[in-house]
Order: sequence, then C-alpha cells, then structure tokens
Amino acid sequence: MTLSAHDTIGAQAREETAGSEAARGGAAGSETAASKSAGSQVTSSELLTVHSARALAGRNVVFAGHGLPTLAVSLAQHTVAPDVEIVYESGVTGARPPVMPRSISDSILVPGAASVMPMTHLFNYVLQGQRIDVGFLGAAQVDRYGNLNSTLIGEDWEHPDSRLPGSGGAIEAMAGAAEIFLVMRRHTPRTFVESLDFVTSPGPKKAAEAKAGAMPAGAGVTHVITDLGIMTRFARDEELTLTAVHPGVDPAEVVRQTGWNLKVSPGIETTQPPTPSELALLRETLDPTRIYLR
Amino acid sequence: MDKTMGLRQAISTYLSDGDTVALEGFGHIVPVAAAHEIIRQGFTDLVLARMSCDVIVDQLLGANCLKGLISSFIANSSAGSLHELRRRIEKSDPEPLWFDEYSHGGMVARYQAGASKLPFQPIASYRGSDLAAKNPQIKSVPDPYGGPDIHVVPALNPDLSIIHAQRADRHGNVQAWGMLGIQTEAAFAGRRLIVTVEEIVDEAVIRSDPNRTIVPAHVVDAVVVIPRGSHPHSVQGYYDRDDEFSRQWSALARDAGAVQNWIEAHIRGTNDHDEFLAALGSDHFERMAIHDAYSTPVNYGGRA
Repeated sequence: MTLSAHDTIGAQAREETAGSEAARGGAAGSETAASKSAGSQVTSSELLTVHSARALAGRNVVFAGHGLPTLAVSLAQHTVAPDVEIVYESGVTGARPPVMPRSISDSILVPGAASVMPMTHLFNYVLQGQRIDVGFLGAAQVDRYGNLNSTLIGEDWEHPDSRLPGSGGAIEAMAGAAEIFLVMRRHTPRTFVESLDFVTSPGPKKAAEAKAGAMPAGAGVTHVITDLGIMTRFARDEELTLTAVHPGVDPAEVVRQTGWNLKVSPGIETTQPPTPSELALLRETLDPTRIYLR
Repeated sequence: MDKTMGLRQAISTYLSDGDTVALEGFGHIVPVAAAHEIIRQGFTDLVLARMSCDVIVDQLLGANCLKGLISSFIANSSAGSLHELRRRIEKSDPEPLWFDEYSHGGMVARYQAGASKLPFQPIASYRGSDLAAKNPQIKSVPDPYGGPDIHVVPALNPDLSIIHAQRADRHGNVQAWGMLGIQTEAAFAGRRLIVTVEEIVDEAVIRSDPNRTIVPAHVVDAVVVIPRGSHPHSVQGYYDRDDEFSRQWSALARDAGAVQNWIEAHIRGTNDHDEFLAALGSDHFERMAIHDAYSTPVNYGGRA
C-alpha cells in the first residue's frame, strides 16, 4: 500500500483515496490503453513519469515528494533539464541518495545532500519566499480551475465520509511556487469534479474571489498529467484545457471521464510515447528494483 | 547545572492533565519513547500539537490521553492512514475530537510566534482556502503599512514541548543533525521543555562544534537519555527508520480492539522503553542498522 505513495505533499491524499477508500479499481501497475495500442509494455507509472519529466524542460528548482515526482525530476536531469534540482518539504536540497528514498523524511536523503534547512527556512524563505519554479502536487479532487482538495470527502466537514491527510505544505506550495504540476494516476469523474468537497489549495482565480489575504504569487496548476492525457491552463481565469491525449485514447473518453464539460483544444495532439532511452533510464538506472514504477 | 533525569520522573514532573503538549519531529528524531511514557502514566485531557502525525498520535488517542489535536497532516507519514484518528474524526468513535487544523506553513508560523512571544504571525498562503473558513482561529487583519489585508495565525505556546535529538551534554545543550523540522521553534515556544537524546556526551564534545547545537541549555528543563527513543523513526547516524512497523500499525489500527490490545501489551504491559524494545525481539533492529558517513571537521580557529 504505502511505499507506492509518491505524489507529494498533502497529496498522499491521492494515495489514500486510490489505496483504499474512495476510488478503487484503477490502473496502477497495469498497462494503459495507450501502451497497449502502442504494443509495448509501458506501465501507467512510467507514462506519467516520462510526461512529468518532459514538462520540466526549462525549469530549475522543483518542490516535489518522493516516488513518482522524484523519479520524474531524476529523469529530467538525465534528459531535458540537466540542472534541475529538487527541494523536499523536509528541507533537503540537492539530494544524491544512492537508492530511491522511501519518503520525503527518509534519512537516506541527507548524506551527500547540498543542504538541510529547518522548516522555518523551507516554508518562509523558500516557498513563501517564491524560490520554487514548479511544485508537484497530487489531490483527491481537482476542479476546472485547478483548485485542489486533499482534506476530506463528503458534505459534512465536521464528520466527513472520508477524512484525508490534509494540507501538509500543499497550500504553501500552491501559493508560493511559480506553477504547479498535478499528477493524477486515475482520470475519473470522481477525481475531476465540478465542485470540490473542500478547497484545500486554491488556485489564483479562487483566491482572487476571496475577500481577504495576500494573493498567491504563482499561476496555480498549469499542467495536469493523467493516465489519459495532459491538460494545461496558463492565465488566472483560464480553465484547464485538454491539449494532448496518450496514443489510443479518444478525446471524447477524456471528456466523459471528467466531471465538468472539459474544454478540448482545437489543436489537440497525441503525446509521443516514452522513448526506448527514457524507459531504459527509468528501468535500468533510476529505479532498477521498481520501487515506484510498479 | 546537571539537568539529566529519568524519563518517568521528567514526564511526571513537567506534565499535568489538561496540558497542551507538543511532540515534534518530522519523520526523524521523534520523541516516541516520551509519548509512550505519557500513556504509561495515564495522563488525560491533553491537547497534542504535532505538525505531521504518525503512530504515536493513534496510540495516544487509543490510550484516551487526548481531548484535542493541533496538526497540519494527519496521515501516518507515507505508510497509510491513522485509523484511530479517522474513527474519532469521521464517526466521533468513541467520542468527538477537538481538531484545530492548519497547513504546515501555518503550524510553522504558530510556533515561530510562540517562540518569539508575539501574539500572532502573518502568513501569505490562506487566501481562498476553505481551511480559513473551517478554522476561526485563522483570521485576517489590515496591513498597517498600506498593503492588502493579510492572514494571521495565533501563537502556539505549549505547556510542555518534548523533542528528541542525537546528543546533549548534562547541562542540556542539545545537538542534532539531519532533518531538523520545527524542533528549535517548538523548544523555544514551550513553557517547559524535555529533551530526550540517544546519548549524553561530554561537554567538550558539544563545545568542539557549537554550530551543531539546536537548543541551548538555558531553554531546557530536563535531559533524558533514551537510546532508540525515536523508533520507528530514524535518527541520523544512529539507526534507520522501521517502515515495516509503521505499515503494520496502519493495518492493525483498522481494528479498534487491536489498538487496545497493542497498548495493553506493549505500553502498559512494559515498565519502560527498554522493556518495550526488548519485547520487539533482539533481532528486530538488525534491519535498521546503518553504515557510517562522517562529515569533514571544520576549523573553528582561535586567536594566534
């Protein structure tokens, strides 16, 4: 159950819902429609990791959890973004662990790292201080503007049907990072919803509608990477738009699996399948014992 | 002044029923042995402050020590759910739990205000979050310098803070390395402070590397040596994390009766942390062994 938790901050929420409670019956570890049609054996985890890595081109400082986002950053270091570095919520920067970390607080991240900051530095100077280019988050629910819920499922906040882990540092990542990449293993109407049960981490449009408080510094969610395709949004009031589907996925299916009337880009593309060299890096160099690739 | 003390005496001296107690440590150097001693002594109506929850939160809840929780992440780290905690929140089973919820940034700000003896701390991240709607303690105030309103969170000053560290001298100068979390701020914010450590070292060892000291002696009320006091969490340079233990807890705690049985057998049924560890089996800790990785000493210099 647990070592598969990967996403990040606040968003072991997604692990929670995926693992046991809310959203059973997904595709983790199975071949995707895309990979089947491509005739290869690319797993859902590999697909999401490769596309997360490619989206990091041009970025330098990434706030990420262990597991899939860490793998994605490692792959990006070997491919599209040689200088990209991870900052972990535990305060570690520039980690060079000999094996994959089991969590963001795994002590194996410390020997050989560039720095270990106390949490005051991480939350005040790095996140609130707007030093992060991209933050990876997961969530139990996302809406059309990229607002995220990692707190609870149900209508009664005091007695929710399913209580999730809560924010952790997700709110601060959303507010402080220049942009957020959301990785969702299962694209379903239960996770891509018209209305969140709880807005844990608001995007800038939602924040602007509120009465008080500092406006977030970042653009909110700019990329959503799922087992079906990729959605993007860039302007504050812009909705998520389906800009690419994985090979073999019908855009109409993505719309059906989304709880709102998902916009589809007129110029929608088909993603390029993971290349042999990307897969070789993941399988032979970065996660040879398949702790996270599953 | 020698502040060393046994764990039983330190807890009974500095904790009272109804106190707010902070147990901090972010998946590393966590005062687990101290939490177990709180259970053994049967304290009740405590409010626990703990940013990132873990097995000790379920255990303190199961032992009926807590009436409230102040936290920002309530899963069992990456090991799954804390089911005793979820039963309390989702079903008020066996009774409701007062839960004062923040984000990690909010908890950091609360401890900083508490350590600084300020009434509150501004924070920039809550605009538009339902967390601010759910928790009336998250307020917004005008910026007296002309900017837009800003959210603030109240100071957190626990009656007692407890942290764990690698080592201290007998006076209470505490040295820690690896991931340091919010321990220094929690220590200064506490009205009283107990530090549990893996070992007591000679004062000369501390003084050879004063930058390694995260809490100076004048803040500390009691120093308790308690080897493996952080298990199942790691202590950098001493032992690794016991992920299997944490995962097994998340499986076990699905059954409320199993939680009660575990607490009876492993906490109330043992006299102290040494007995707790012994009951896990002499070979239990082999998989937590680590190899050495020393830093290069720095030159502090001296006047020629």
